[in-house]
Amino acid sequence: MELRGITKRFPGVVANHDIDITVRRGTVHALVGENGAGKSTLMKILYGMQKPDEGTIAVDGEQVSFHNPGDAIDRGIGMVHQHFMLADYLTVLENVVLGSEKLHGIGDRARAKIKEISDAYGLGVRPDAMVEDLGVADRQRVEILKVLYRGARTLILDEPTAVLVPQEVDALFDNLRELKAEGLTVIFISHKLGEVLSVADEITVIRRGTTVGTADPKRTTTKQLAELMVGSELPSPETRESTVTDIPMLTVEGLRLTATDPDGVVRSVLDGIGFTIHKGEVLGIAGVEGNGQSELVDAIMGMRHLDTGVLTLDGVDISRTPTRKRREDGMAVIPEDRHRHGLLLEAPLWENRILGHVTERPNSKGAFLDLKAARADTERIVREYDVRTPGIEVTAASLSGGNQQKLIVGREMSHDPKLLIAAHPTRGVDVGAQAQIWDQIREARREGLAVLLISADLDELIGLSDTLRVMYRGRLVADADPATITPEELGSAMTGAATGHLEAPDETPEPDDSGAESTDTDPRNGGEDR
Amino acid sequence: MKKIDKERLLLGIAAPVLAIVVAFLVTALVLAATGKEPFSAFGIMFDYGMKSDSQVYILNKATTYYLAGLAVAVGFRMNLFNIGVDGQYRLAAFFAAAVGGALTLPGALQIPLIILTAMIVGAMWAGIAGVLKVTRGVSEVVSTIMLNAIATAIIGYLLQQGRLGHLDEAGTKISTTPLPESSHFFEFPTTPSPVWGFIVVAVVAGMAYWFTLSRTRFGFDLRTVGQSGSAAEASGVDVKKMVVTSMLISGAVAGLVGMPTLLNDSYEYSGDFPIGIGFTGIAIALLGRNHPIGIALGALLWGFLERGTGKLEFEGYDKEIVGVIQGVIVLCVVIAYEVVRRYGLKRQQSKVGAELAAQAARNSDQQEVSA
Repeated sequence: MELRGITKRFPGVVANHDIDITVRRGTVHALVGENGAGKSTLMKILYGMQKPDEGTIAVDGEQVSFHNPGDAIDRGIGMVHQHFMLADYLTVLENVVLGSEKLHGIGDRARAKIKEISDAYGLGVRPDAMVEDLGVADRQRVEILKVLYRGARTLILDEPTAVLVPQEVDALFDNLRELKAEGLTVIFISHKLGEVLSVADEITVIRRGTTVGTADPKRTTTKQLAELMVGSELPSPETRESTVTDIPMLTVEGLRLTATDPDGVVRSVLDGIGFTIHKGEVLGIAGVEGNGQSELVDAIMGMRHLDTGVLTLDGVDISRTPTRKRREDGMAVIPEDRHRHGLLLEAPLWENRILGHVTERPNSKGAFLDLKAARADTERIVREYDVRTPGIEVTAASLSGGNQQKLIVGREMSHDPKLLIAAHPTRGVDVGAQAQIWDQIREARREGLAVLLISADLDELIGLSDTLRVMYRGRLVADADPATITPEELGSAMTGAATGHLEAPDETPEPDDSGAESTDTDPRNGGEDR
Repeated sequence: MKKIDKERLLLGIAAPVLAIVVAFLVTALVLAATGKEPFSAFGIMFDYGMKSDSQVYILNKATTYYLAGLAVAVGFRMNLFNIGVDGQYRLAAFFAAAVGGALTLPGALQIPLIILTAMIVGAMWAGIAGVLKVTRGVSEVVSTIMLNAIATAIIGYLLQQGRLGHLDEAGTKISTTPLPESSHFFEFPTTPSPVWGFIVVAVVAGMAYWFTLSRTRFGFDLRTVGQSGSAAEASGVDVKKMVVTSMLISGAVAGLVGMPTLLNDSYEYSGDFPIGIGFTGIAIALLGRNHPIGIALGALLWGFLERGTGKLEFEGYDKEIVGVIQGVIVLCVVIAYEVVRRYGLKRQQSKVGAELAAQAARNSDQQEVSA
């Protein structure tokens, strides 16, 4: 497959210009670039979701023009999206045949075909499982199978590892090698360089919407690749000096939360959770998504009723306090899903600045809104937190993800928080904004803020946290010292393979870890979580 | 910034205008299909609708419609579909009429008492749907429709002699006891017929609606729930309480709907008390985009269309044609708003993108930044 001089004047973050890529059949071709560099746009062009303004695409030497994804599928190009497009309440079989009922019917023939594909590439997909029961890695395999089922010979995977733990990533890469061995082509989009180097045969780097170079994974280091990708040094999330105090800010004791699933069975989603976050401490929660992290955030925010357990914020029992009061009392939240929980997408920025803090100054005086002050303060946030926007009257939906997130961070930091709950604070955020958000969390921590950090980015977790806990199936199963732990060890605890206190193999701290001695203020207080 | 605002205004006006133009075109086609010459029909409607007695009629009708539109709009801003405005206003007007007929207090006391009764009854009736929704998860659409039917039955049962009904001297009409003279609301002495004084209350209600929604914390919470329930919950709004509260408010405003008729015109509740205004309110709230001024324009348009029909009938046209126009307008409005909304959002996104790209280009001349 060849792309020549692709240019897309796309009204958004980055336009593509003069993209040149050659992908050889039967290889894994990685496309790397920071968030917002234009990778996704390029893939949408390749998959027929958008039309390029200039340039040509050729498949097997033949020039093609895609008007919609159907055209791309006809040419054997299939896409596995970053956000899975599966119907939760249907089975795997139903999800796979949905929209392609004509290929192999919807019954046994389809089931046989799914089995055949699954076995051929070692995907291990069970056709009759309900999608809602599947984990993230399984869902991803269903997505891959869906594409193969439609006859794709070239697979585009958009950030496939973003949601996986290291072990699952390895399994995915085995699948990809399997596909490659069968003569399929894989285009792999990522910004995780280590992974790219381990799986790709060829690498193309995109920066600011254009291809800046290609690299041979055998002769390239992550550092070289990173510099090619960013055009400068990569920011690092590492925290240097410890600011942990011994004043508890948030204490969680014996927290238990149950939920009734659609079959009427009561399950506990959180059980026996206990921890303390001190002033100036960042407590990181590692875990594969869906192991209770969202519920934990909901519980602390007061959006869910606790079955048992006591929450204490700054010495005050808040177990029964409504969400609004908790927020007024200094609980700041960077939600996991900013579109659903953090923003009013169709409202102007200044209304979004009021959101969540409508009862506080400068947003209101008594029962009335103070629009003038709220607007002025929005201007200040835009300025201080470097939100790139033409003005505060535009809707939140028109900002890029990174700028939306900066607005949220700015808003939450503007009310003297005592506790910050940061769930995936840099997800879907470009590198520049990522570094800023990290800086702001660090800064706030220095000033005595307690932070509960939940992230799927293990480097972020290890780099920012003072204490690490691992969450697995609604329990805190392990703890670790971020100064010595490696992502791999953390990853194995996240799959439930390791529990208790995770010890690094004793001989080596990280080679260039200059902050190694700074973590001796052990912030952990007892193992009340088990 | 200002430019975007002006554009928003323009887009806001474009949608209803577009809808109305399309609706008239479609109606013209329908008229032509029935073998009538369409444009003379519009001419008749327009000429007649502009006469001064028509103007009074339209204003009076619009007063009622406006209140109905507001009642529905309160729900809409919350993403609640209060179809039950119809039952709420009828039940409210009935009990208010009964209370008013039973007492003979000075007007300054009795009129507010009647209005208050209506608002409380309306609120209670709507509140049932709100409580059912938050406690049992019953869709307010279903429960309010049912409550409409129940309201009809209750009124039918109570509006009988020996209960709350009262037979007039001729013995032909049963109604509630007529209100005493002191409870008649004031009128503007216009010619040929007076404009109902209740229009003042409608205007005040519209201003209160605007102020509450855009200038108070409560209004912000309400709008937040309407825009995104999940974001509202995360921001600390008690969504359940909000659902009940806004149903109560919607019902209280619905209680006002029957008041212009009761206090300025009929002075009693009888079998010929206007029905179906709750549904008209839905159309008008849609037409007015839940905006207090938009709703006013919608209400006036509705009154105008109705006035025009009466005349068309005399001229040999089918009366149903106005039903067609109204139906088509509502359909067109819904479609046009959605189209314009998406267009506006997209346009703004691309505009912001373009401005930022220009900014970034300027910056990158000075330094290589990674954003």
